[in-house]
Amino acid sequence: METVPFRPYAPGTQPPYDAPAYGSTHKRHPQEGLVRLPHTITEIAGPRFAAAQFPPMPDLSVVDGKAALGERIIVHGRITDEDGQPIPRTIVEIWQANASGRYQHPADQHDAPTDPNFRGEGRVYTDADGWYRFISIKPGAYPWRNHHNAWRPNHIHFSFFGSGFAQRLVTQMYFPGDPLLDLDPVFLAVPDEGARYRLVCKLDMSVTEPEWALGYRWDVALRGRESTPMEG
Amino acid sequence: MPSATASQTIGPFWHLIEHPEWADLTRFGAAGPQVTLTGSIIDGDGNPITDAAVELWQSDPPADDHFPGFGRSRTDEAGRFQFKTVKPGPVPGRGNAQQAPHFSLTILARGLLKGLTTRAYFAGEPLNETDPLLSSIEDPARRATLIAAATGIDSWHIAIRLQRGAKQETETVFLDL
Repeated sequence: METVPFRPYAPGTQPPYDAPAYGSTHKRHPQEGLVRLPHTITEIAGPRFAAAQFPPMPDLSVVDGKAALGERIIVHGRITDEDGQPIPRTIVEIWQANASGRYQHPADQHDAPTDPNFRGEGRVYTDADGWYRFISIKPGAYPWRNHHNAWRPNHIHFSFFGSGFAQRLVTQMYFPGDPLLDLDPVFLAVPDEGARYRLVCKLDMSVTEPEWALGYRWDVALRGRESTPMEG
Repeated sequence: MPSATASQTIGPFWHLIEHPEWADLTRFGAAGPQVTLTGSIIDGDGNPITDAAVELWQSDPPADDHFPGFGRSRTDEAGRFQFKTVKPGPVPGRGNAQQAPHFSLTILARGLLKGLTTRAYFAGEPLNETDPLLSSIEDPARRATLIAAATGIDSWHIAIRLQRGAKQETETVFLDL
C-alpha cells in the first residue's frame, strides 16, 4: 500500500470554485474556507477497477455495427503523474455530445438531431506504460445559455482516478484552433494560460489512419506524490 | 515536468456514464455489515442540487474483487442520493492517531469547476471524540455537518449545504486536499 501523500497543486493551474463569468457557480460555490486535511489513508489509497467488472468500451463511433454520423477520430495519450511516472492500468471514463452538438440525454433540449448510432459513453484502461486510446467522432459545439449567445467549444469529458483518491480528476479535452475557446467561461476559469492550453489536444499524424480517421494526442498529468512517506 | 492537468466541471450531462448499480457497493458479494447512506444537497438559496454526481470512497474495508470501495450516485429531483455499502471501521491517521469510521464524499456537478470533498462520520461513534479532523473544527455546528444521523437500524443520513447563502446558514465543511 502506498503511504506517500500527494503534493499541493501548483498555483494558478486549477480553476476556483467561485468563477463569476460562469453563472452556475454563483449559488454553488462554498463561502467558508476549505478545511485543510493532511492526507491519510483515505486520501492516499484509491479504488481499483477490474476490467471484468467494469468492461472497456473503446469505440464510441459505432452502435450495433452501425457507424455514427460525423468525423471519425482516434484519441490517444499518456497519463503520468507530475514526476512523469506513467500511471498503468487505470480506468478512463469518457463522454461527449454527438457531431451535431447534442447529448443523448433527456435534459439536453438543444434543437439539433440525436443520432441513433451514437450514445456518447466510452471507457478504457491505460496500458503498462500509461497509454490510453479510443475511437469516437468529433463532438459538435452547442449553445448553453450561460450568457447571451453562449456556445461551448468542441470538447470531450474525461474522468480519471489514478492510484490514490486525492488524484481524482474530472476535466474536459478541447480541440486545437477552436475560436470558441477564448470566449468560454469554463475554459477561461483556469487562471494560468499554460495550464489552460494543456487542456487542448494536438493533431497527431502518427496515429492518424490514412483513409479512415484523424488522430489526436492528449497527455494528462495527475498529482505527484511527496518525496517522503507520511509520518507514523 | 508538467503540473497536474486542470479540472473542469463534470457538467449537467454526466449521466451518459451513469450506471445506477454503482451506488450499491455490495453488488459483488461484499462481506460485512451492510449500511445505507442517504443524503441531500442544497445550494446557497436552499434549492436542491438535482444534477450532481456524488462519489463515495472508503479505505476500509480494503477494496478487493468483492468490494470496489467506490460508488457513484446521482442526485434526484429533490437533491437526494443513496448508497448501499459495508460499514467502515476505524483507520489509522497521522502519527499515532486513529480516525473514526468515515466515508469520503465528493460532489461533482454543473457549477463546480472541481469536485467538493467532504466526509460522513457516524453519529454516536465513540472515536468521533478523538478523530483528528472532527477535533480540528471548533464550531460545533460546522463540525456537525460531517456527522451522519442514524435514521434506522443500519441506515444513516447526511444533509449537505454547498453555500452559506444570504441567510447565513451553516455551510458543510469541505476539505482542501
